[in-house]
Amino acid sequence: MFRGIGSIIYKECIHIVRDPRTLFLMLLVPGLQMTIFGYAIDMDVKHIRTAVYNLDGRPASRELLNDFENTKTFDIVAHVQSDTALLSEIVRGKAQVAIKVPPDYTDRLVLGAPVSVQVMIDGSDSTVAMQALNVANAIALQKSLGIVAKTVDSVSGPPVTVRPRVLFNPDMKTPNFMVPGLVGIVMQVVTLFLTAFAVVREKENGTLEQLMVTPVSRLGLMLGKLIPYAFVGAFETSVVMCIMRFVFGVPVSGSLLLLAGAALIFLFTVLGMGLLISTVAENQIQAMQIAFIIMLPSVLLSGFLFPQESMPLPIYVIGQFIPATYFIHILRGIILRGATFQDLWPQGVYLGLIGLAVLGIATRRFRKTMG
Amino acid sequence: MNTCIETHGLTRRFGKFTAVDDVDLHIESGAIFGILGPNGSGKTTLIRMLCGLLRPSAGEAQVLGFDTQREGEAIRSAIGYMSQQFSLYGDLTVMQNLKFYARIYGIPRRDRMARIEEVVRIVGIGNYLKAQSRKLSGGWKQRLALACALVHEPKLVFLDEPTAGIDPVARRDLWNLIFDLSGQGITFFVSTHYMDEAERCSHVGYIYFSKLVVCGTPNELKGLPEIIPAGTVRLEVRCPKLPVAMRALAAQECIRDVTIFGDSLHVIGDAGCEAVIVSTLSVTISGVPELRQIPPTLEDVFVTLTRSRSAASHV
Repeated sequence: MFRGIGSIIYKECIHIVRDPRTLFLMLLVPGLQMTIFGYAIDMDVKHIRTAVYNLDGRPASRELLNDFENTKTFDIVAHVQSDTALLSEIVRGKAQVAIKVPPDYTDRLVLGAPVSVQVMIDGSDSTVAMQALNVANAIALQKSLGIVAKTVDSVSGPPVTVRPRVLFNPDMKTPNFMVPGLVGIVMQVVTLFLTAFAVVREKENGTLEQLMVTPVSRLGLMLGKLIPYAFVGAFETSVVMCIMRFVFGVPVSGSLLLLAGAALIFLFTVLGMGLLISTVAENQIQAMQIAFIIMLPSVLLSGFLFPQESMPLPIYVIGQFIPATYFIHILRGIILRGATFQDLWPQGVYLGLIGLAVLGIATRRFRKTMG
Repeated sequence: MNTCIETHGLTRRFGKFTAVDDVDLHIESGAIFGILGPNGSGKTTLIRMLCGLLRPSAGEAQVLGFDTQREGEAIRSAIGYMSQQFSLYGDLTVMQNLKFYARIYGIPRRDRMARIEEVVRIVGIGNYLKAQSRKLSGGWKQRLALACALVHEPKLVFLDEPTAGIDPVARRDLWNLIFDLSGQGITFFVSTHYMDEAERCSHVGYIYFSKLVVCGTPNELKGLPEIIPAGTVRLEVRCPKLPVAMRALAAQECIRDVTIFGDSLHVIGDAGCEAVIVSTLSVTISGVPELRQIPPTLEDVFVTLTRSRSAASHV
């Protein structure tokens, strides 16, 4: 059943060691991707470029603008002198937020009359807009409360407050949430190609035909290809995890062993997907194209970027067939919430089932291509 | 002598295209069987079916007494296969390739090195063991491929155009090697489109447009009635201005066929046509031709058969 597996592993190891360029890429690329993407997908919005039209100009108005800047959410990048200039800052993309302070701002404050400061927000980037809106409202609220507290001595604060306590990621930093998911995505990107190319290259060179006239078994051939690259993949996984821990400072709350086990199941699933690709693709370019087709849903539908709960049902269902969905769930569970085997075993089982299915289909298809 | 390869109605279709059509073969053990035919005539497809790489669309084949479809594993362990293009691992050294194939054919560890040394001696590649295979020249690549195909002591070896793209000396060496091995009882199934290689085979089959046109020893083929029909002679005619002479002779009634062969013409004509040839040529090219009766070559055989088949298929 496994005939020839030893010789295939032997040969594959020589291939890996013989090609230092590929080896170098295999080991370097995951680290680079992890670092670059980890910094890029920081969704904490800061330093929103802001234009100001201050018609008042007195100290009280400048204090208000200082409050905006002190949140670090807003960076005042321009002071303009007309409504049209203010609007044009946004239209031209120079600023994403525009603040207009009315001429009677100080006067009305002194009189105790309500005053409104106009804040225009560029809504085209909804994440930025939402953040700007929330912070602007918070500033206004805080300012009002301060004024109320000063005028009415008996009130020491707002009558009702919600005291939120955020568990597990107290600072609500996106790296903590995104980076564990990114571990799964980067693992998939780099390992999917390993097996896919390993087989397709043999097709291109005609060596696969030569192998097929030997008594090597299908399973021996497939596992012989898979096992050496599982080691490469395991190494890549450790690199990516170390970057998560030491570059982005995301600690692993749960069991490292459990994490390693889940990563191994995912690794075999992805390597199996690579083999499946290799049974369809005739050359490396085709393999690359198919890998990209698989890649996009893994990023968009797996819950890595967008919560699956808010997806329409058919798309949600598609997401349930993506291995990354379960692995990212497990990663976040173990790393962020310290979840244990009892909490996560169903996801592990689903992931394992998908993996077995993929390997099964790949083996079946492999038999077919052998004629 | 026992049968090595036996096929009945072996057919392979790719969609609407029939690559191998209804082929019956019978090859004895110990033969060097050459399969000839133009490019695209179905030689490689036939070999792939016999190796169990491709399923036949119809018909059946027995190789070494095993059915190619049901007992493919048993066949694979007992045959060697050398494909058209170099299909070993270029980044592995000669030795690593040999070790890989020795392992994959399941040669026990204690016999492995002895067996590798044996094939290294046979093909004489001892000086290149540490070289990367892709850096070898064409001839040495073929020798390495042959060594890998022989490492498990196969009873039958398939060589798919083994001499395509290698130099004449390497070609000669490879054939000498094949004769040596054949003497040790290995059966060879060799595809080629070189006529001189076909002449070296003990048995020859000619495949044309997917059909096996003829099959037998070279001498049997040369004596086929189609090649020298009763009452005809095959002549070599030496004279200047070959194209002019050819046209003039072809117009004569007693001449059945004229072909240019290097610096002479090969003519098939009715017995006693020599006088007509001499008189015709003395008029058209005003010279005296040299005439000699010759036995047909294999090329004559195949050209004649190809013409008669394509004529038949156009009726």
